[in-house]
Parts: sequence; structure tokens; C-alpha cells
Amino acid sequence: MEILLTAVPMLPLASAAMLLLYGRHMGKSLVTGLGVGSIGLAALTVLALAVQWQDATGPVTVMLWQWFSVGNFSVDLALRLDQLSLIWLCTITGIGFLIHLYSSEYMGGDDNYSRYFAYLNLFVAAMLLLVLGDSMLLLFLGWEGVGLCSYLLIGFWYRDSANGAAARKAFIVTRAGDAAMALGLFLLVAEFNTLNIQEIVLAASASWAAGEPLATLACALIFTGAVGKSAQLPLQTWLPDAMAGPTPVSALIHAATMVTAGIYLVARLNGLFVLAPDVLFAIAAVGVATALMAACAALAQHDIKRILAYSTISQLGYMFLALGVQAWDAGVFHMMTHAFFKALLFLAAGAVIECLHHEQDIRKMGGLRTHLPVPFWSFLIGSAALAALPATAGFASKDLILLRAWEVTGSGIWLWSVAAIAAMITALYSFKLVFVVFFGELKTEATHQPGWRMALPLMLLCVLSIVGGWISLPLAEVLPLAANHPAHGTIAIVSAAIPIVGVALAYFIFLGGQLNVTGLTESSTGRWTAQYWLQGWGMDRLYDRLLVQPYASLAQWWRGEPMDRVVALIMGSAVTIHEQLSASQSGRLGRYVAVLSAGLIVMLTLMLLRATP
Amino acid sequence: MSLLIVLLLAGGLVAWLSERFGEEMPARVSVATLLLTGAALWPLATEVLTTGPDVDGWLAYESRTWIPRFGIQFILAMDGMSLLLVGLTLLLGIVAVIASWTEIKARRGFFQANLLWTLAGTVGVFLAMDLFLFFLFWEVMLVPMYLLIAIWGHEARAPAATKFFIFTQASGLLMLLGILTTAVAYANQTGEWSFAYMDWLQSPLTGELANWVFWGFVLAFLVKLPAFPVHSWLPDAHTQAPTAGSVILAGVLLKTGAYGLLRFGVALFPENAKEWSSLLLIVGVVGILYGAVLAYGQRDFKRLVAYSSISHMGFILLGVFAWNGLSWSGAVLQMVAHGLSTAALFMIAGALQERLHTRALADMGGLWKAMPRMGAMAMFFVIASVGLPGLGNFIAEFLVLAGLWQSSPVLCAFAAIGLVTGAVYALWMLQQAFHGPLGEQHVGLQDFNTRDMTALGLLAIGLLGLGLYPQPALDLIAPSLDALAIKVGG
Repeated sequence: MEILLTAVPMLPLASAAMLLLYGRHMGKSLVTGLGVGSIGLAALTVLALAVQWQDATGPVTVMLWQWFSVGNFSVDLALRLDQLSLIWLCTITGIGFLIHLYSSEYMGGDDNYSRYFAYLNLFVAAMLLLVLGDSMLLLFLGWEGVGLCSYLLIGFWYRDSANGAAARKAFIVTRAGDAAMALGLFLLVAEFNTLNIQEIVLAASASWAAGEPLATLACALIFTGAVGKSAQLPLQTWLPDAMAGPTPVSALIHAATMVTAGIYLVARLNGLFVLAPDVLFAIAAVGVATALMAACAALAQHDIKRILAYSTISQLGYMFLALGVQAWDAGVFHMMTHAFFKALLFLAAGAVIECLHHEQDIRKMGGLRTHLPVPFWSFLIGSAALAALPATAGFASKDLILLRAWEVTGSGIWLWSVAAIAAMITALYSFKLVFVVFFGELKTEATHQPGWRMALPLMLLCVLSIVGGWISLPLAEVLPLAANHPAHGTIAIVSAAIPIVGVALAYFIFLGGQLNVTGLTESSTGRWTAQYWLQGWGMDRLYDRLLVQPYASLAQWWRGEPMDRVVALIMGSAVTIHEQLSASQSGRLGRYVAVLSAGLIVMLTLMLLRATP
Repeated sequence: MSLLIVLLLAGGLVAWLSERFGEEMPARVSVATLLLTGAALWPLATEVLTTGPDVDGWLAYESRTWIPRFGIQFILAMDGMSLLLVGLTLLLGIVAVIASWTEIKARRGFFQANLLWTLAGTVGVFLAMDLFLFFLFWEVMLVPMYLLIAIWGHEARAPAATKFFIFTQASGLLMLLGILTTAVAYANQTGEWSFAYMDWLQSPLTGELANWVFWGFVLAFLVKLPAFPVHSWLPDAHTQAPTAGSVILAGVLLKTGAYGLLRFGVALFPENAKEWSSLLLIVGVVGILYGAVLAYGQRDFKRLVAYSSISHMGFILLGVFAWNGLSWSGAVLQMVAHGLSTAALFMIAGALQERLHTRALADMGGLWKAMPRMGAMAMFFVIASVGLPGLGNFIAEFLVLAGLWQSSPVLCAFAAIGLVTGAVYALWMLQQAFHGPLGEQHVGLQDFNTRDMTALGLLAIGLLGLGLYPQPALDLIAPSLDALAIKVGG
């Protein structure tokens, strides 16, 4: 069991190392074998682990080695497997494998095929270490590792400078969150002298009462890290731009890795977060606000990938809402179902884009239903799940979140209302996408059909996006669960009906034409709002004005090294004194005599003054 | 131990004379000398590490009378910290020689001689435990470095070399005054002359005088480190120095400042150091942020790396004055990790200049396509310098900041901004040089050869080792830092 557990992250890591070092000299089939095979093997290993788990009594820990120890503070490099990690392991390796398989066709013609798979494997390895880390520091290693890999992959096509800008943005924005998270770790080290997650949670619950200021500070700092990595308000701006990378990478970032890290972090530290009720409320509020805001932004986008990007931000908002209202299991459940349908949607979008000669603007698409049947069905099922239509996986998890938000005393009705409005908009934009791209008149001809390595993952993910809702997660031992889920009568029916209303609206507006909204969208307010939402609520511009430009101007202004002015001043005065003094050495005898006599007179006067009492 | 220094000094002479036997001869002699010195260090290291420290806590100790009239002795002593730093010096020495292999075309023999003499001075600085001798080595280290910049530097070498010399010399003078004052005070107090570190530890200076002497020492070290606002010699010196000079300057010479702060600044004047620690911590934070902003503003590859050094040295200053075991360990690790990563970046900068005949970032772009090996190496060391976990710089900065949080959470928060700004300039540099479209004129550039890759590979392995298993290094320096903690109450 220990060996299997160690093998899970080591397989992709070893493959990444080999590809990085020797990939350029390998044949394409060998690269594919290593790149896809290592993840496939890792997925099988996880399966074996899950099967063996049936007999296991508790969490399994593998101590690799002691990372470092200074004085009485030490950190181990150790892996720990429990149910929560196992769910993530299954998602990461399962979905990850499908994405790798898909990539082997999608990226088949790229010059840097081996570099692509090296980064992709490294990405998966980092994410696996993140969820297996027994200490906050190993988690942080994975955490920074996925940040690095996202940077490498978003900027994969480095010859276009815009991709590089998007990659740097992703790294730097998430890094701002990471710096806050690091401060949180320093606080924990100072308080508890350990970074072992179990020990931290135990020590914190023993020494901190709920609402303790230090607990609030620690949780707020750590949550800021999650905000950055999971693209929540106000650090969400990097994710839409992250679309610059190859489409399978987007699928990987949005479904299996990276953005769900924040969810994992909060769920993993639930014992710590319950000590900070204020932070929990902030998590719910941030989550629900992000869900609504991103849904509106998604509605206004034209780029098929940006629509999906905003939908990810929005869905992550739901997960944080769940965590914030302590519906831990609902949040984790939604993470999993979301991984299924979001991977499906991105891979299907990739297929559409590839078959249309890299066209991404949905205004230039239409009528592809019969031309691209596999992507069409994938999109239909994926969008249904995203919209949370009943009988899909998305419904099962999102409905749970809505109902649990409703249960919260006091703020429940507000949280539920905002979440419900966002849910309706979600249904609206996701079916807008389906209707615009696949129905109506044909605008761009598809050149070819996706091959089996792209089609097979799509079909499997279609199945998962439907049946995934029936998976029951074994979370009882790792997360505090609510006793039961009482039916709420009316509110349950209303919650379930909302997405259907959204889909109907989408049909009437975008396909049937019964509802004419041009009056609304063409009005000045409508256009302004659409523009504003298209630009993601103008936050990029805000940051640009407030942070990026001032920083760049400052750097520009100081470039010549202000301290050199001080040095120049000292140098200048030395030169001036030197000139004055050397000017006095004029060689004119008359002046020397004059100065000499003046000096004598002054000295004599002084002596006389002193002598007289 | 004196053998180490003698070998380097003699090797320099041989390298100088060997020029007549072939163009590559001086560089070969240098590598041989460094390997030989390394070989001399090896048995010493294994022996002292197995026997452990003696009663005074030194792993190795040797002393000779030198100028008995003033109690000046020739004392060399080694503890774990000096051993680590001497090792770093020799390793980076080899890297520097490799970096200069094809770059230096004029007066190769004298070049290698100066290189080795600077290294001899540096090793002396790390080992000398008589303050008079320490000052002598401090100068031995300085003069050949001045010549390296002044003779083999780039277009604006003369002012840069002068600036370097005057900054270091002026601050060194303050240190000399401090040393002499302390010696006189010691003689008045005990009736005997002595410049020995151990003697001074026994009867420390007190009162107002100690405060002045403390600043004399600290200013010299701060200039060397360099810390804001006395750093402005560094960007010029680094930019103008030949690659090997930059490698040695950034890799080891700056570390003598950091070493001096810990060994002399803190240990000899604990009360004054503690009293001024808040101010010096603020100086450290300002240095981190200031260096990062200026690095981002640079248009010259080498100058950018130079400013990044100022930023990273801020962490060392924080580590020294955060005043606990965590932060001290972090500071020493940062000396090594920064030495390795920056040496590599300067080597890449030098390779770029050699191939493109420019250091301007605007003239680069897309070079990954032309030189994938160099691009990959640049990526690796940029990532290291950004402080990604798994590499040495992360452990160092983590320990420094974790220690700093315990003495000042607010300053720690400001210093953590440096984690973000560090990524800003480092990734921007990578973008401008290696990403984006490749210019026509750069097609067909020669990528790194095996010799370059070996040198950089060594540095990369070092950083990976420090990042994944830093314990040997930490264990090596722990006794020195524990002793310091007992002495000054860390």
C-alpha cells in the first residue's frame, strides 16, 4: 500500500523528468507512451489503492524523509492518504488520463510535443503532491508547483507575446494569494511549531476558541491563498486570460487540477476554519458573489473558451459557498461533478475549435449539430450538467448546495437568492452556447471529425456527467457532515425548476425567437452593461490603473538609480572644494602676501584679545 | 588550512606564467588549482567532521605569532559555517573559470591570476580569526577584483571599477578604525595587545564607544552585502565586470558581507546589534522591495540580475537581525542558494553577451527557439530565484521569513510582498530574452556546449539538493549558530 501510494505522484514526476531531460531526442510514440502511459499507470494505481482501501482501517501515511529540521522545528516529506485525498486522486488521475489521451491527438502536430507532455505530467504530479502532502509545506510545494506548471502551459506557445503576458499574469496574481498563504503558515509555525496538518488542527482546536482573533487571521490568510488559486473575487482576473494555452490544458486547469486546489485546502483544514466563523461567512459571501458576477460575465462573452472560463469561476463560487456554510460534502461533491462536466465541455470545445480551423468566436459558428455529432452531444450533456438540469450530475451537487445554503439561519435566504439567480443565468448562458453553436444556420464548415483519441474521452465524460451524480462519496470519516438532508418542499421544487426556466429563456431568445431582447441589449444601458461584463466587470482595467501602471511608472522613474544622485552630490561637492582650493594656489605672489598678512592680523588680534584680561 | 590559501595564491602565479604555454593553459591551471584546493579541503573536511568540534567549538584551528609587538597573530579557524562558505567559494571558482573560458581573450594569464587571488582573499576572509589578518584578506579580496573589472570589464569599466573600489575602500576604512579602536580598548582593559576574535569575545567593548565601533563594522558589511542605500556600486560593478567577475562578485564576495554581519557584527556587539535590529530589519525590507522595483525597470539583462541580488540580499539582512535560530539558518542557506542561482544567471547573461554582443533586453526575444538548452537553464534558475519550493532558495527564504514573523509579523508581511515582486521582474526578464518571436539576426546562434551544461548542471543539482534535502547543510551550520545563540541570546 505504501509503495502504491508513493508510486502515484512518482510516476508522472519521473516521466516529466525523463521528458524534460531527453524528450527532444525521443520519438513521438515513445513520448506518447511515457506521457500518457505514466498517467494511465497512476490512474490504475489509484484504482488499486481504492480497492485495497476497503480493508484499511484508517489513513495511510508514508514517510519519505525528513525534509529539514532547525532547532526543534522540523518538517517531514510525508504522504498521507485519507478519503478526502482519495477523491481528489481519483479525479486528478482519472480526468487527467482522459485529457492526456485527448492531447496525444490534439497536440499531435506540434513541434514541441515532448515539452508539452513533460509540463502536463509535471502539472499532474504537482497536484498529486498537493493533495497527498501530510504537511502544509509539502502541500505548499504542490501548490506552487501547479502555479509554475500553469505558467509554463499557458505560455506554451511562447512565440506569441500575448501568451507570455497571460502566463505571467496567472503566475503573479496567484502568487499574491500564495504570499498571504505563506504568512498564514508562518503564523502557524510561530503558534504551534509544526506544519503537520493533523497536528495543526489538533493543536488549534485545543488552544483556540471559536472566534479567536489569531484563528481568524490565520484562516483569512490561508483563504486568501485559496482565493488566488481558485480564481475567486477579487483575484479571479487571471483565469479568463489563461485560455491562451492549448485547450486540453484549460481542461486540466479547470477540471482536474489547479483551481480545485483552493477547495481542497479549505476542506482539508475544515477543523481550523470552524474556529473562524467570520472567515467562513466571508468564504460563503465571496463564493456567492463570485458565482453571480462570473455568470453575468459569461453571458456577455463571445469567445467559446472565455464563456467556459467564466463558468468555472462561477461554479467554484458555488463550491466556496458550500464550504462557507459548512456543507463540506456538498462542496467536495460539486468539485467532482464539475470536474466531469467541465472537462467534457472544454474538450468538446477543443474539438469544435480544432475542426473549425481554430475559430473561437461563437458568432461565427452555427448549425454544427449534424456536422459534428460527437462534440454536439458532448456539449448538450455538458451544458445540461453545468446548468444543473435534473437527472444530471451537476444537478445532484448544485441542488445540494442551494438547499444547504437555504438552511443557514439568518443569511440563508440571501445566500440562496443570489445563488439561485446565478443558477438561472448559468442555464441561460450555457444553453445560449448550445443553441448558437450547434443550431441555426451553418456559418463555418467543419473540416474533419475528431479521431478516436479525442472522441473516446468525450464519450466517457458524457457518461460520467450523467451518472456522476449517483456516486456517493465516503466522506463521513474526514469531514463533519450534517445529520440528514430534510426535504424543503417548496424550496426544493423552486431550486430544481430554476435551471429549467433558464433553459427555456435561452430557447425563446436564441433559438425560437419568441422573445425579442434586442430592445434591451441595444439600449445604451444594455450595451454598456454588455461591454462591462464582456471585460469581466472592468476589474482588469481597475488593477491596471491601480497597480500595474503605477508600479511600471515607478520602476521607470527610478531606473536611473536615485541613490546615484546622492553619490553624485558627494562627488560634485568634492570636485567643487577641490576647484576652490586649487584656485587659491594661483601662483600670484601679491595675493599670497595679502592672505598671509590678513592671517597674521587675525591671529595677532586673537592673541591680544586673549592676553587682555 | 593555510594550505588552501597558499595553493590559491601560488596557483594564480603559475596560471599567470603558464600563458606562454598555450592560450587555454591559464584556465586549465586555474581549474587544476581549484580542484587541488578542493582536494586539500576534502580530507580536512572529512577529518574534522568525524572528530567533531574542539573545546572552543572550532572544527579546525591553527595559529602562529606574526607581529608580537601588537599581539597580532596568524589565526585561521574553521567551523561548519566557514566550511560551507569555503566550499561554495571553490565551486563557484570553477564555474567562474568555465564562464571565462572563451570570453577572455586578452592577457589570459593575468586574468586567471587575479581570479585566483580574489578567491584566496575570500577563503582567507572566511577563515581568519584575527581581526588584523581578516582586514588584510578583506583587502586581498578587493584589489584583484578591482583589476578584473578595470582591465577586462565592458564598455564603461573604468568608472564602475573606481566606484566599486571607493565604496568598498571607504567602508573598509571605517572597519579598520573600528578594529584599531577595539584593539586599543582591549589593550587598555587587559594590559595586553590582541587582535584575536576569541579574545575579543571574552571581553567585549561596552558603552558609547561600542556603538561607534559596531557601526564601523556594520557599514563595511552593509556596503559589501550590499544593503539599501549603500548599494549603488553593485549594479555598475556587476554590469561592467566580465562574467567570471560577476559570478565571483555575486556568488561569494557579497556573502563576505553577510558572513561578517553574523560572525563579527552580531557576535562581537550583541547588545548594539540588538538595539539597532529594528532599523536594520527595515533596511532589509526596503532593500528587498527597492531592489525588486529597480530590477523590473532595467533594460539590461545583467543589470536586472544585479538588482535582483540587492533584493535577495535583503532577505539575508532580515535573517541576521530577526535574531533567532530559524532566521539565522535561513540567512546562511540563502548565502549558498543565492550564490548558486545568481552565479548561474550571470553565466547565462555572459553567454548571451558573448553571442549577441549586447546585453539589452530589447535586442533579445524568442531565444528559446534558437538555444533551447540555454532557455531551459535560464528557466530553471529564474524559477529558483523566484523561490519555488523544491529548490534551495525557497527553504532559505521560508526559514528567514518564518523566523522574522516571530520577531515582527508586520515587517514579515512587507517582506512577503517581495515574493510577488520577485516573480514580476524575473518572469519579465525571461519573457523578454527567451520568449516572444525570434529575431531574424538570432537564427543559428550556438547553444550551450557540454562544458557549459556541466557547470550549470552542477549548480542546478546543488540547488535541488538544498531544496529537497537541506539537512546536511543545516547540520553543518547548526553548531555555529547554536553557539551564537548561546552567546547573544537568540
